[in-house]
Amino acid sequence: MKNSVNRELPDDLMNKLNYKPFESTEIGNPDIQRVAPSVHVTTGNDKVVDSIEDVVKKTVKDGMTISFHHHFRNGDFVFNKVMRVIIDAGIKNLTLAPSSLTGVMNDMVIEAIKAGTITNITSSGMRGSLGDFVSHGGLKNPVIFRSHGNRARAIEHGDIKIDVAFLGVPNADKLGNANGMEGDAVFGSLGYALMDAQYANKVILLTDNIVPYPNTPASIKQTQVDYVVKVDKVGDPDKIGSGATRFTKDPKELKIAETVNKVITNSPYFKDGFSFQTGSGGAALAVTRYLRQSMIDNNIKASFALGGITKPTTDLLEEGLVNKVMDVQDFDKGAAASMHNNKNQQEIDASWYADPDNKGAMVDQLDVVILSALEIDTKFNVNVMSGSDGVIRGAVGGHQDAATAKLTIISAPLVRGRIATVVPDVTTVVTPGESVDVLVTEYGIAINPARKDLIQALSHIPGVPVYTIEQLQQMAEKRVGKPEPLQFTDRTVAMVEYRDGSIIDTIKEVKD
Amino acid sequence: MEIKSTAVAGTLESSDIQIMISKGSSDIQIDLESDVKKEFGKQINQVISSTLQKMGITAAKVKAVDKGALDCVIKARTIAAAQRATKTTDKPAWEVL
Amino acid sequence: MSDETPERLRRTMMFVPGNNPAMVKDAGIYGADSIMFDLEDAVSMTEKDAARDLVYEALQTQDYGDAELVVRVNGIDTPYYANDVKAMVKAGIDVIRLPKVESAQMIKDLVKDVAAAEKEFGIKEGSTHVMAAIESAKGVLNSPEIAAASDRMIGIALSAEDYTTDMKTHRYPDGAELEFARNMVLHSARAAGIAAFDTVFTNMDDTEGFYRETKHIHQLGFDGKSLVNPRQIAMVNKVYEPTQKEVENAKNVINAIQEAKMKVSGVISMNGQMVDRPVVLRAQRVMMLAKASNLVDEEENYIEK
Repeated sequence: MKNSVNRELPDDLMNKLNYKPFESTEIGNPDIQRVAPSVHVTTGNDKVVDSIEDVVKKTVKDGMTISFHHHFRNGDFVFNKVMRVIIDAGIKNLTLAPSSLTGVMNDMVIEAIKAGTITNITSSGMRGSLGDFVSHGGLKNPVIFRSHGNRARAIEHGDIKIDVAFLGVPNADKLGNANGMEGDAVFGSLGYALMDAQYANKVILLTDNIVPYPNTPASIKQTQVDYVVKVDKVGDPDKIGSGATRFTKDPKELKIAETVNKVITNSPYFKDGFSFQTGSGGAALAVTRYLRQSMIDNNIKASFALGGITKPTTDLLEEGLVNKVMDVQDFDKGAAASMHNNKNQQEIDASWYADPDNKGAMVDQLDVVILSALEIDTKFNVNVMSGSDGVIRGAVGGHQDAATAKLTIISAPLVRGRIATVVPDVTTVVTPGESVDVLVTEYGIAINPARKDLIQALSHIPGVPVYTIEQLQQMAEKRVGKPEPLQFTDRTVAMVEYRDGSIIDTIKEVKD
Repeated sequence: MEIKSTAVAGTLESSDIQIMISKGSSDIQIDLESDVKKEFGKQINQVISSTLQKMGITAAKVKAVDKGALDCVIKARTIAAAQRATKTTDKPAWEVL
Repeated sequence: MSDETPERLRRTMMFVPGNNPAMVKDAGIYGADSIMFDLEDAVSMTEKDAARDLVYEALQTQDYGDAELVVRVNGIDTPYYANDVKAMVKAGIDVIRLPKVESAQMIKDLVKDVAAAEKEFGIKEGSTHVMAAIESAKGVLNSPEIAAASDRMIGIALSAEDYTTDMKTHRYPDGAELEFARNMVLHSARAAGIAAFDTVFTNMDDTEGFYRETKHIHQLGFDGKSLVNPRQIAMVNKVYEPTQKEVENAKNVINAIQEAKMKVSGVISMNGQMVDRPVVLRAQRVMMLAKASNLVDEEENYIEK
């Protein structure tokens, strides 16, 4: 069968996994039923345990679904510690359902797959050796990729039914009240982990820092936690996020960022009380700096900044240029510290942030978002999942969710090295062109023809040439040449859900 | 034209290609290393071999390490390496440039 | 230069290291008025041939838009000079920049070599222009003759690093050590009717110093500045941007010219007063800068901000 972005989907898997093909970005107003976790009743007086082995033995059984969060990013010690114990215990057929997988987890995941410990994975993304392993058919069952908002939806629906959640925290008291803001390995917002804490049948906190009871502010609450495990170290503070935020000096990135800012400030959304989301990465940080100056020059303040937060954004909060920061994760130490110190920086969970099946999510209120792309095609479909060689090396993240903003800007260079970013058809559709409005490259911009209002508003910005997306694609091809078509086998190694749980694309095993 | 000694041109920086040319027995043999080999391997080999042929080099061993170079860069580095290998750097190959 | 052929804007001449493929291929995206590919100081002795090949091939294939394309060749006294000039003429470069020029004869020699190369490669005679970089006391003192040495000359540039060394000083923030040289080079250029380029400013962290220097050379009357980083382009353009008042005044002058063309008398007058030729020329230059700075719309009216 084919979906509405013209992707051929394998009938057998679609039927077996009971999936619908992607139709539209419209969610509508369905009535849905949320699930609730089971609770083993105690007074909570004996939650603290010393050994991961004991708690794994008590909780994890063959065939279960286990989860982790990725807030420690590449400084995570928790995942490898717990998985080592689980593999050694000989447990089989687990479904791994973390909020995402970072590079430090790759080797352990591959080992667990080879040992038969992990047989299914759902994640926001994967990179490096694990992406390579999966793309070469290393995992029998297809990986399910979900956006952060969609993971929240799937957990609330029971599509992801977490049996045991292992959640690393930089502090917790003996009953499990915990936050992400104090201790050695702080990361700020616990946004993604809050879903697991609320919906998993068993919630196990791992911490290197047991603090006096009762611990406040409590992002994770004692009412949700079954065990608190004391470990030596939960993470490496230096690898959790970048230290000082480095402002890019790459003139190409700066040029793109400056153009993104011109698009924002010339759009009808740039007015007092507007809201925005930028994300991380050199160009995004630079946009924040240009935007700051434009806000000062035009005496405009934002009502809120959303999503993954960086220091340049919390600086705007300090300066009073942004009223509130709605924070699902922090990308650097400055942003994490700011959440601790500034009451206007609100921790939000993934559902509040971006779950489509909701009584309103923050992304539904979002005016402007700047997102990246590995590839974007002439239908404005965006790929952030697979490389030009067809290998998995990315993450859906909040891409599909935030792209529902009123003005969705994709910022990307026309070409990277010899690889065109603007292509006739993306390798993997992650975010449908329907929700993308403007592409900004170093050569100029392209506006989605469906947005006639934006074509009107953005066609005469001084110094910003407007092209059709087809023209940009041809410019890219003229520079780098036409690549050989990629070779895949018929085997599906991953399925990419749209945020509503339908299938927007699949990823096939690469043929080398 | 005869290859007198092994010579290298180009760097391992992004957007460059390093080309090493040494004596070969019968034809042009290219050993290509590239992150975009799947997508552009044939094209890269074609640019290298046609450039060498235009320079009158019919037998050579080429080791190419590509870092995402465009065709014009590949051609320029091939010419530079070939002129160095044939000790003709002082007399640019005007007909090939 | 006649009134009818508008002069070329040369606010920014961006240096691009000739052996760096990433920078050579992207040189066109920053909106520099002139792009100068460097085969000289930015390229080590062992890579002169490779840089020449690279710039040549890039010029054949890459799109640099409307930018004026310049190559700085190696000096006349180097073994690379002759092949640099031949290759760049064959490549169809707009301008060859000769470093360390100290006499008019050096430009005459260059022009002879350029003309011979044009003939050899079937390039249109006279299509390759030249410019001189002044880098020594001798060069500064001879700059009037150098600037007027050939009708292929389009400009003359001061290069301060070598010059200050020659003068037994170094660069200071206030630029007093360059005052004489700047005025000599500028006057020589103006007397010969060609462009004058100021020297590079290399400290990318000193934005204030860069603006101070650029405002100073703008005030003196330089056409523009040589630049080492694309990020400096917007800053120079900002300094050269005319004010709203200047643009509106210039527009009035242009309107008066149009009116005069319709009338039999041909006398250009504004508010009852005759408009002098210098006023006309300045108005035309202001409108050109206003257009390049995106300050006016299609009808050349100032865009209110």
